[in-house]
Amino acid sequence: MSRAPVPGHRQGRSPFEPLVAITPRARVALGVAFFVCFFALWGGVTWGGLVKPLFLADPARTFAAGWRLFAEFGFIGDVAITVSRVVGGFVIAAAVAVPLGIAMGAFKPVEAFFEPFVSFARYLPASAFIPLLILWLGVDEAQKLAVIFIGAFFQIVLMIAVMIGETRRDLVEAAYTLGAGSRGIVLRVMLPYAAPQIAETLRLVLGWAWTYVIVAELIGADSGIGHMIMDSQRFLDTGQMIFGIFLIGAIGLVTDLGFRAANRLLFPWQLGR
Amino acid sequence: MAAVSIEGVGREFPGLRGGKPTRAVEPLDLAVADTDFVAILGPSGCGKSTLLRIVAGLDQATEGRVLVGGREVTRPGADRGMVFQSYTLFPWLTVRENIGFGPRERGVPEAERRRIADRLMQQVGLTGFADHYPRMLSGGMQQRTALARALANDPAILLLDEPFGALDHQTRALMQELLLQVWEADRKTVLFVTHDIEEAVFMANRVLVMTARPGRIKKEVAVPLPHPRHWRMKTTPEFAAIEEELTEAIREESLRAAAMNV
Ligand SMILES: Nc1ncnc2c1ncn2[C@@H]1O[C@H](COP(=O)(O)OP(=O)(O)O)[C@@H](O)[C@H]1O
Ligand SMILES: [Mg+2]
Repeated sequence: MSRAPVPGHRQGRSPFEPLVAITPRARVALGVAFFVCFFALWGGVTWGGLVKPLFLADPARTFAAGWRLFAEFGFIGDVAITVSRVVGGFVIAAAVAVPLGIAMGAFKPVEAFFEPFVSFARYLPASAFIPLLILWLGVDEAQKLAVIFIGAFFQIVLMIAVMIGETRRDLVEAAYTLGAGSRGIVLRVMLPYAAPQIAETLRLVLGWAWTYVIVAELIGADSGIGHMIMDSQRFLDTGQMIFGIFLIGAIGLVTDLGFRAANRLLFPWQLGR
Repeated sequence: MAAVSIEGVGREFPGLRGGKPTRAVEPLDLAVADTDFVAILGPSGCGKSTLLRIVAGLDQATEGRVLVGGREVTRPGADRGMVFQSYTLFPWLTVRENIGFGPRERGVPEAERRRIADRLMQQVGLTGFADHYPRMLSGGMQQRTALARALANDPAILLLDEPFGALDHQTRALMQELLLQVWEADRKTVLFVTHDIEEAVFMANRVLVMTARPGRIKKEVAVPLPHPRHWRMKTTPEFAAIEEELTEAIREESLRAAAMNV
């Protein structure tokens, strides 16, 4: 009698079959390996003379430029101001958009009232508002926050409305038979049901907020990472420019890890996903 | 006064895109006495769930009305606990929190909710699983939690829509005994929908057979077996006689249902 293969059994299952899990160590090792390849390629084309230093600084010069930025030019202040703009604009947008999205998802008349306009507004490119916003608000913080707000608000509203609206009907009905009223259904069924997806949406939109703030800083600002990049272009300092871009990526990566850790803590019932 | 009285209740679903409407339930009458255990038996698609959902207040009858405790049903309420065939525990709540959901909605304080949940977990055999999330539980344990959750509001009426339909045979038999014990202890009024004849006879005091769609009550059979009932009762001649009578009635309807769907 031949033995049938046991699904999920470790031996005999290649990790290249769909959805076969890998160990956490292998996951980290593979993630790090890509960064190693990336730096090797970057070093290869710059030190190997394939690209002129004027266009692309080598890794060593880039990080030396970064060191100088922090040590001599007080770059930490620029980083802090950009981060505070992103967080500020994002928090303001989320604070208004999340409750509105929940109301739209739960209550059909609210949805019917707002949804067409929000769908229209979602396509308005936030960066195209920058010249107008400079006219209205100057180049101060208010203008930076407004750009992020426009870019983030409509996206968050729409995605959250959809997620709340997709709450499993059988759970809503079960809650009704347990005596829940409208308030209980929204706050204690729909909201917790959609919460993990809402967190995921916020993580995604926070990433876009970085794009909007940098564009705003490139166009009109006297501080911030984007402003530094624009300044460096005048001196053709590709090392500094690349370091600035690189730093944004690094901050994003750290934020993502933070979001993931928070999700594990906040939504323990999803364990193993 | 009957605990539940269904007076001329019928339900017609509007047709899709101007198609002709589907009649799920033919207007029917049914009175369920206080503390009675009534099983509703019928082939799949005959309108059993629809009828139960109307009593729960989750669906609206197109004609007739349902009275519970003399008051007309207009919306769902904590006086009618329901257990569904599908798993409907809240995934983000632990077993204890799921059971405490109803009391929480009524504003029962935390300590009291805990007491209620602990007592019910004991009653349905879930002690030790208080802090488990639903995804860690087997189907049988999930349905036990769902039963405890419905009981936590101490409803006068329990509406059970094929609650053990998705369980394997052994688990199902254990759940039947458990539910019977609960009923023997608390004497709630129970409306129990199933398509399993043995299950209906074992649990109920009265079994109603519904016709194939549109559902009407075709036959009513009393089950005069004494309580407490033991699973061995399933092998007695009295049990077999009632089962046979119901099998005959159901068979006709299943054949009619099959013929309709050709
Ligand atoms: N929401 C609905 N819209 C249209 N038809 C429905 C709806 N719910 C149930 N039906 C129809 O009503 C009939 C009875 O359904 P149901 O009460 O679920 O039967 P049972 O529970 O006895 O299997 C079926 O033919 C089903 O297709
Ligand atoms: Mg059904």
